Amino acid sequence: MAAPDYPGLDTLALHAGSQPDPATGARATPIYQSASFCFPDSDYAASLFNIERAGHVYSRLSNPTNAVLEERIAALEDGVGAIATASGQAALTLAIMTLMGAGSHIVAAAALYGGSHNLLAYTLPRLGIETTFVDARDPQAFAAAIQDNTRMVFAETVGNPGLDVLNIPEVAAVAHQAGLPLMVDSTFTTPYLIKPFEHGADIIMHSATKFLSGHGIVIGGLLVDGGRFDWDASGKFPTLTEPYAGFHNLVFSEEFGPAAFIQRARKEGLRDFGACMSPTTAFHILQGVETLGIRMHRHVENTRGVVEYLSQQEQVSRVGYPELPGHPDQPLATTLLPKGCGAVFSFDLVGGREAGIAFVDALNLFSHLANVGDAKSLVIHPASTTHHRMDAAALAAGGIGEGTIRLSIGLEDPKDLIADLKQGLRAAGKVAAKQSVTP
Amino acid sequence: MKVTIDDNSVYCYTNSRDIDSDKPSIVFIHGSGMDHTVWTLAARHFARHGNNVIAVDLPGHGRSSGAPLQSVPAMADWLEKVLNALKVDVTAVVGHSLGSLIALDFSARYASRARALVMVGTIVPMPVSGAILDACKSNDHAAYDMLTQYGLSKRHQYGGNRSSGIWMVGSALRLYERSQPGALYYDMNACNEYQSGLERASAVKCPVLMVLGSEDRLTPVRGTGPLQEAFHQPEVSVLQGAGHTLMMEAPNALLDALHRAL
Repeated sequence: MAAPDYPGLDTLALHAGSQPDPATGARATPIYQSASFCFPDSDYAASLFNIERAGHVYSRLSNPTNAVLEERIAALEDGVGAIATASGQAALTLAIMTLMGAGSHIVAAAALYGGSHNLLAYTLPRLGIETTFVDARDPQAFAAAIQDNTRMVFAETVGNPGLDVLNIPEVAAVAHQAGLPLMVDSTFTTPYLIKPFEHGADIIMHSATKFLSGHGIVIGGLLVDGGRFDWDASGKFPTLTEPYAGFHNLVFSEEFGPAAFIQRARKEGLRDFGACMSPTTAFHILQGVETLGIRMHRHVENTRGVVEYLSQQEQVSRVGYPELPGHPDQPLATTLLPKGCGAVFSFDLVGGREAGIAFVDALNLFSHLANVGDAKSLVIHPASTTHHRMDAAALAAGGIGEGTIRLSIGLEDPKDLIADLKQGLRAAGKVAAKQSVTP
Repeated sequence: MKVTIDDNSVYCYTNSRDIDSDKPSIVFIHGSGMDHTVWTLAARHFARHGNNVIAVDLPGHGRSSGAPLQSVPAMADWLEKVLNALKVDVTAVVGHSLGSLIALDFSARYASRARALVMVGTIVPMPVSGAILDACKSNDHAAYDMLTQYGLSKRHQYGGNRSSGIWMVGSALRLYERSQPGALYYDMNACNEYQSGLERASAVKCPVLMVLGSEDRLTPVRGTGPLQEAFHQPEVSVLQGAGHTLMMEAPNALLDALHRAL
């Protein structure tokens, strides 16, 4: 008796978590736009509140449409479970609040999305949670920064915007050696390009606003539990291993085993902080997830074409894509990201900030906005937008220069993207030429 | 709650309650390679309804120490010692898969101590394929894969969990991956070698409930005839659409079915 193959990614992206609607037979997952759900009788109600039955009570805690999305992403990541949140930021916050409190410490990669950096560097210290930022490319820097009160190691699978490839196996080993979970933000890579749990990560977050959706019409996040971290053995996570007075002294690791983390996150964090996802948003994200595989394939194909083009242009001083020879992460990318390094990357223009502004303003097809992962191609100047709160030193630590341009390559015809970029480079070239003759 | 049996620590989930001699008791026994957490929802439910609930971790499983036991009768004897340690005289016994065989053997051989027998996802005999036994013996992950995939109905390979956000395939795999090396082999081999089940069934005196999954591919409904005939008027509940992993696939229907006997 041989084990049948597990369903593949494209099949799971279409089917995982969903069944034809039992009430109507609807094949698409319906939008259950209801705040609350009726109880057949009082005992049934009590059993739902006391985690004796499976079902829905109130859409801040769970909702049938959201549940399909959650199960689908958990399936795509090969986790035990997931929670849909109001945004990627909400997913990160939910994870942190589930694992730690005042007096705790996080070790995080310096190369992070600006919003994550803000949370860790400025907001959480007000709540007594400090973060040490380290070089994402140096696993030993993570080890050196771990303190007695550290409760999590956090990094992006590929850093924003410099695409530092995280050595997940080595950083996970560092974290596990210290009895800590490794949480990764896999927004840029999605389960199509890498499955972080297979490499040792313990918790995954996504901004579902990006590639998971692809359409850029909603804000949402996903938090996924790999189910392999041994919270009891670590001994550092009383929220998961000791009685919780907020739920009749429930011990989550005792009652839910591998799903302790995701269950506590739902039963406490989603309940109390309330950063839940709208069912309509979950529906929209599900439409995107259905085509994740074929979209990511095209995203990467288009990106490789654009990267190749830019690498050959005189006005471009650097292209930061890990597949390029000479990129510091090229060998690691070959191992961890054989299907590609995503569709977001940055490059530097000759002529710095002024050339960058001219480049962005000259583009027509690329949309100038603060987002990535859309089916449409996007462009932004990080130093003046997404990362504007970071000083020069922090920018440099994150691999960002004043003239750095970040592109998110969409699904358009590649020839049209190249034509648009040519316009931008022409404008940038004029600025650079003017700078070179200015005394 | 922990008790010591044969110098080994035995974990029993009791919903954080002490055993109350004035309350009826229900013992829950997990299946091969699993632990007490498969019974969390049901145990919580019957605890709230005024029962002592005792969801055991078999030796070498979950939070219980010691070497895994190697036969169903040995596991039933061990259960009797656990109940003695807990000062539980009479109890209902609920088991899933391997656990159902332990429950059966206990109910037949310690008949005065069983007030009800519930066999969930069961068949007697319970033969195990050579491929699965070989994979279990070598602690090959393929054993977890086979049991996970055949353990769920074909429909539930794609999920559809009533418990929000929980991916059943991942949950089952993580439980198997947590099992002590060798434990799954001893469990599956004990199922395979248990040949006295029908004889034991004919000796059971207490009410019997069999809860089966209509899409069960490991212990298919169509093969349960001899066991049903061996019991004296068993109640049989077939949960439509569910496979072998009934606690995950049909938690609410299972709870409703359990109420028929408990």
